[in-house]
Amino acid sequence: MTNAIEVEGLGKRYRLGEGLASGTLRDAVSDGVARALRRGGRSRDEAADVWALRDVDLAVPQGASLGIVGRNGAGKSTLLKVLARITEPTVGVSRTRGAVGSLLEVGTGFHPELTGRENVFLNAAVLGMPRAVVAARLDDIVDFSGIGRFLDTPVKRYSSGMYLRLAFAVAAHVDADVLLVDEVLAVGDAEFQRRCLGRMEDLGRSGRTVVFISHNLDAVLRLCSTALWLDGGRVRGVGRTADVVDDYLREATPDAGRRSFAEDPDSPVSLLGIDVREADGGSAGRLRREEPFVVEVDLGVRERVPGLDLAVSVETLNGVRLLDEALSDTAQSGPGPLAGPGRHRVSLTLPPLLMPGEYLVNVWAGTTYETLVWEHGAARLRLEGSHQARPDRLLAAQGVWTVTAAAPR
Amino acid sequence: MSPSAWVENRPTAGRRALDWREVWRYRELVAFLALRDIRVRYKQAAFGMLWALAQPLAGLLVFTLVFDRLAGVPSDGVPYPLFVLVGMTFWTLFSGGLSAATASLVANSSLVTKVYFPRVAAPLASVLPRLVDLSVTLVLLALLLAVTGTLPGPQVLLLPLVVLWAVGLAFGVGLTLATVQVRFRDAHHALTLMVQLWLYASPVAYPSSLVPAEWRWAYALNPVAGLLDSARWVLLDTRPPAAPVLVSLAVTGLLLVLGVRVFAAGERRFADVI
Ligand SMILES: Nc1ncnc2c1ncn2[C@@H]1O[C@H](COP(=O)(O)OP(=O)(O)OP(=O)(O)O)[C@@H](O)[C@H]1O
Ligand SMILES: [Mg+2]
Repeated sequence: MTNAIEVEGLGKRYRLGEGLASGTLRDAVSDGVARALRRGGRSRDEAADVWALRDVDLAVPQGASLGIVGRNGAGKSTLLKVLARITEPTVGVSRTRGAVGSLLEVGTGFHPELTGRENVFLNAAVLGMPRAVVAARLDDIVDFSGIGRFLDTPVKRYSSGMYLRLAFAVAAHVDADVLLVDEVLAVGDAEFQRRCLGRMEDLGRSGRTVVFISHNLDAVLRLCSTALWLDGGRVRGVGRTADVVDDYLREATPDAGRRSFAEDPDSPVSLLGIDVREADGGSAGRLRREEPFVVEVDLGVRERVPGLDLAVSVETLNGVRLLDEALSDTAQSGPGPLAGPGRHRVSLTLPPLLMPGEYLVNVWAGTTYETLVWEHGAARLRLEGSHQARPDRLLAAQGVWTVTAAAPR
Repeated sequence: MSPSAWVENRPTAGRRALDWREVWRYRELVAFLALRDIRVRYKQAAFGMLWALAQPLAGLLVFTLVFDRLAGVPSDGVPYPLFVLVGMTFWTLFSGGLSAATASLVANSSLVTKVYFPRVAAPLASVLPRLVDLSVTLVLLALLLAVTGTLPGPQVLLLPLVVLWAVGLAFGVGLTLATVQVRFRDAHHALTLMVQLWLYASPVAYPSSLVPAEWRWAYALNPVAGLLDSARWVLLDTRPPAAPVLVSLAVTGLLLVLGVRVFAAGERRFADVI
């Protein structure tokens, strides 16, 4: 099979500081004067350089879809910019075969004063689509966007959702052999994301080569046959998506489920440690979605606090509280031994309710009258497994179904 | 899919040149960017195209009062208002194109950092809308010529060349300044000042014949001098421009070459530093 993308020994250095990036004339002049006065001052500080990419080698066969994962600042966008020829590499070379469409942002070049129709043509020209092709596809684009009668309204009057849909509709109809997509799913609602993913799957099936950056690992797993893991500008892994994503996850959450805390000298009660793990052992941090898990909290109580209670809550990374369980919820006769001085280990076992994803575990301790411990995000919890094709839900209760023959009531 | 040729991206060795064939392939983008600027400018403007007349007419008024009425400046044998209107028309074409070209990269910075296109398309597209303004002013001028019975000679056929000169000059200088502006945002303060001084250094409100003969050659180092002399000859049938106009033409050519060189050298870092 022939390659659609080849990258050899690629490196990209950005220069920071020294008035080079977005400086002003005044800074440049004063810098120049200062340097002249210093006489023979160093021309440039090497420490101010950032290698956003270093020694990257890569080959993507035609028709493949490659996912790129990595932390913030790993160089993912930079790699795409080099592939798209938006910026030049410092060393090495990248090659692409065929027409390249880059979708680094939804709606690049949209102008608020122009109507939807005008923006479609402008945006399409920006993405390299000939006018005649756009004219022929205008109906499809409008259909796909669902903009309908707003087509001749200036886009500044659109809701942000309409704006996104129109912009994506244009991008989705670009005729590129190689499509470079950067994190466009980060915007838009669930329905929009589903459409984007569906469209990208179609493109992949029709023989286009797709390179896709996302922090949404589920989307990467679904769309991409191979994946590339960038870390600090270097390739950390490349290969089957499932393997690469697995390695990446293992590294990204090193024991985030187990932490210890220093004792708080000003409070009679302090959180000393927390551990989140699978009920039957297993390592901290990475848990299987299908298994019950245990939150184990170590609490130090210096002096007796009557009525001391402990609560553990779980919330999504964007702050939706899913669970909030208190020790006093269970109808036993109060918290009992927790109130007395000493170091207590309290564990809470939770059934497999949560969907795969990342969650924060918070710990609260106190009485009806005051809060003595509040540790937001005391531990991070990552559940892995399958969404079972329903990525939008937060909980799976695994309720019991029965189907029987119905007798007339 | 048929295997097509590789497109490479590697560090440039040596000097870069602009790829004009590629610019031609991107001509639709240039057209759409120009069209966008035109639409945006005239949308929601009550007087629409008439605004194009504002600057030349304001100049006409002020200069006629000050230079004609008060100072009694000569005007090469044509009515002073006509004389200054032609001057202002071409001055506006040049200075407006220059400002637009200078700002073009920063104004389109989201395009520059998010998609690939030959960067020179931005300044190129930004000077084109000025031709719309020009045509509006030329209509007014034609009316005035008809009313006053001043008929241009056959050299009026050279008008497109004079327009091309003005646009080329704006584009050439704009390429250099746009490159500077990407790095230094405060460059536009310098530009505003420069344009103001340049106006008075150019024969907009006064004829270049006012300059002593022995200084004419030096004066023609300002390319706008030759440009305006030619424009007046073409439209008002004044004295044909003398030999120093060649100096103006040569300086225009040099500024264009310089602009293209500077732009081509800076181009590869636009997306990084903008
Ligand atoms: N124009 C620039 N000038 C200077 N440094 C830059 C520039 N663009 C990127 N960088 C630096 O290069 C590094 C890689 O950036 P890049 O945008 O490729 O990261 P990323 O992997 O896309 O991150 P994210 O997941 O946050 O989008 C970062 O350290 C960033 O600060
Ligand atoms: Mg990025």
